Order: sequence, then C-alpha cells, then structure tokens
Amino acid sequence: MLAKRIIPCLDIKDGRTVKGVNFVDLRDAGDPVEQAQIYSEQGADELVFLDISATHEKRKTLADLVRRVAAQVNIPFTVGGGISTVSDVALLLEHGADKVSINSAAVRNPAVIDELASHFGSQCITVTVDARQIDQAWWIHLNGGRIATDRRLQEWTLEAADRGAGEILFTSMDHDGTKGGFANTITAELARLLPIPIIASGGAGEMQHFADAFVKGQADAALAASVFHFNEISIPDLKTFLHQKNIPVRR
Amino acid sequence: MKIVIIDYNAGNVQSVRFALERLHVSPILTNDPEIIQSADKVIFPGVGEAGRTMAWLRERDLDKVIRNLTQPVLGICLGMQLLCAYSEEADTTCLGIIPQKVRRFQARAGEKVPHMGWNQIYNLKGALFPSEVEQKYTYFVHSYYVEPGPFTTATTDYIHPFSAALQKDNFYATQFHPEKSGDPGSLILQEFLKLRT
Repeated sequence: MLAKRIIPCLDIKDGRTVKGVNFVDLRDAGDPVEQAQIYSEQGADELVFLDISATHEKRKTLADLVRRVAAQVNIPFTVGGGISTVSDVALLLEHGADKVSINSAAVRNPAVIDELASHFGSQCITVTVDARQIDQAWWIHLNGGRIATDRRLQEWTLEAADRGAGEILFTSMDHDGTKGGFANTITAELARLLPIPIIASGGAGEMQHFADAFVKGQADAALAASVFHFNEISIPDLKTFLHQKNIPVRR
Repeated sequence: MKIVIIDYNAGNVQSVRFALERLHVSPILTNDPEIIQSADKVIFPGVGEAGRTMAWLRERDLDKVIRNLTQPVLGICLGMQLLCAYSEEADTTCLGIIPQKVRRFQARAGEKVPHMGWNQIYNLKGALFPSEVEQKYTYFVHSYYVEPGPFTTATTDYIHPFSAALQKDNFYATQFHPEKSGDPGSLILQEFLKLRT
C-alpha cells in the first residue's frame, strides 16, 4: 500500500536553513546538509528545500548545496525557489535533485509547466502554490505571499495538472506558522479535484494535525518545518502515532 | 570492477552515481559505446520522457549497444520501461529486450497519477532481492507501469498489482528507485554489484 509521506521542509537562505513565522521574522535553524542527513535517518520520506534567497547569482551556491545533500542522503528531495527555465531545472537535476518545484514563474507564464514536463517528465515537476482565503474564495499569492493574484486556487492547480505538473505543494498562508492544523477542508476539495498527488503545507503544530491532513484533508503527503526543526515533533514518534491510527506510513 | 552508468539525456544519473559512491564504488558516467560495452556492469537509469529518450538513444546508436550487452544490466524506472517492447508514453517503440508493454495508469478516486512515494514490494524472486527486503518500502515515481508477467521479479500494488521489478537473462530492472530507497535500496544495489559477470 502506498504510504502517506512526511516531508520536512528546509527553507534555505544563503546556504542556511531558516523558517519564517507567517513568512516574516526568519530564524536560523541550522546547516541544511546535516539536517537532511538527520531527517533521512529519522525516517523522513522526502525532503523539500526552498531557496527563498534564490537569484541568478545565488544559483551556483544552491547547486553546490544540492550536490552535497545528494551525496549524503538516500531519500528523494525536491528543490525550489526562483526556478523559471529549462536550464535552471537541468542544473539542479544534474547536481542530484530528484524533483524541482516552481511557483511564481508558472503563474506568470503557465506554458513553462508544459515545457518542463516535456523535457524532464511530469514526475520531477512539482508546482508549489501559496494561497489565502478572502471572502470565502481561495486566491493564489506570489513572492512568499506578498503579491495577490486574480487566480483562484482550484482553477490554477487544475490548469497546472493539465499542463503536466506531477504534484501540487499547497501552502495555506492563513494556516502557515499558526500551529493550529492544516487547511483540511480546502485540501480535501483539491484532493477530489486534482488527478495528481497533493502535499499539504502550513499549520502543523501537533501529531494529530498530520493525521487530520491525511484523513480529513485526504492529502498524499504533509509538509512541515519548524515543528521538526525545533524538535517539537520527532518523526519516529509521528510515524508510530500515524500507524496506530491506521494511516499507512513507512516505518 | 568497472561499473558504467549510461549518461543520457534524463535526470537522476547523478543520484545513481552518489548511491554507488556511498557503497564505495566509483562508477563511470558515459554515453561512449566502447566504454559501455567494456564495462563489467551497466546501469541504465532514467527519469524522463520515453519518446524523447528513445530518440536520443537511437541518434547515438545506443539502442543497439544496449540490446547487445551480455554483462549484467540494471534498468531503473524509465530505464526499466525502455527495456520493454513498447510504451504508451508518446507511443514509443522501446528497446524490445523484455517482451512487455508499458501502459499508463488510469487515475481513480483517491489514487492519483503519478504513483509517487513509498510502496511495499513483495513476491520477490531472483538475485537482486535478499529475503529481508520482502515487504519493505521502496520509492516510486512514475505514471506508466508494466503488468505482472513471466519476467516479473517483484510486485507492488497501486490501483492494481504491477511489476516493481523485471528480469530477463542478464537484464535486471526496477520500476522503483533503489538509489533513493533508503536501506532496502542500498541492499538491492549491493546485490546487483555482487552479480557474476
């Protein structure tokens, strides 16, 4: 049976791990390579690295980091942040990334999803979306949530899937950093709507929240950062907890 | 021992190299036919698109080179699918080494495509699988699959049972990524490295 995935996310700035609370007030949480290794040994199913400082001059630093992570860990990992072209993706895959995630570039130019999927296969193209609920509707936001768009979450993720995205990483800006649980109602709606896997992100605070994301939210994977980085939840304990709730996990 | 990874126009070649280096083996990445032919073992990895990749192989005559290899060959993911006869992905004629068709998964409620994540492998047969790997989780990422058949050496279930691994003669293949499958994956790669050439 396909296991539900637990994915620690490492936000990277200048080669270091950081995690913002509601995307501001960044806190330094350590060395990404060392953390990746620890998470892998603890039973994380995948890792996501989001380079929030990504600019073209920093691209080489990111690629070096990707190579060091790939040399160490034997589980899959996704790299995102500022990716917009075939050459960006090729560089990261060549350095050992398994998947890449694209966000703003895809909203600005949706055809990039088709292009990347046809070059590299849908399997390694994750489309990341940040959304916020305003007057009952969910709207896509860009640049870490700072820029609102006129794209609705459901319509955009469906288009991304049609264009060849392999999975959707959905962060609820309203839940991120609150530790009050994932956005399960809308996640379940997306899970019904989309033909591709969905990773729920934003709001993890306790182990029950993960169980809720899988059962109520019907997510295929759940992503969190600070609860793992600051040892508030240990991955082995979380896997045991989920197993006891009859949720299929890799142990 | 000379281990060659066929370095072709698709992803995850580096991941396979790193996995072998963690096992203290230094593979050669190449698309040079002579080096491939002279290897003790050949790994044919792949994440990518079937049609584009077959065209790339044919342009370099690597399709013929691979077909004629007599040393142990390990196809991974797309590499496994390309060893088969035909893939529904881009309506592609593949290498035809293993007489099987590669079909696209049909998504249904609660079961998405691609099949992405960790799944248990069972009914293990053949030299790649030590007994402790039975029922262990390995990592899959794919939208196309091979039905269980006479060459199936491992099975997994998603939407329906399908081939997690195949073997015909010296051609071994896994649909999952042993290079990304934690400790069970490392064990499987070690078994491949131990095969007699």
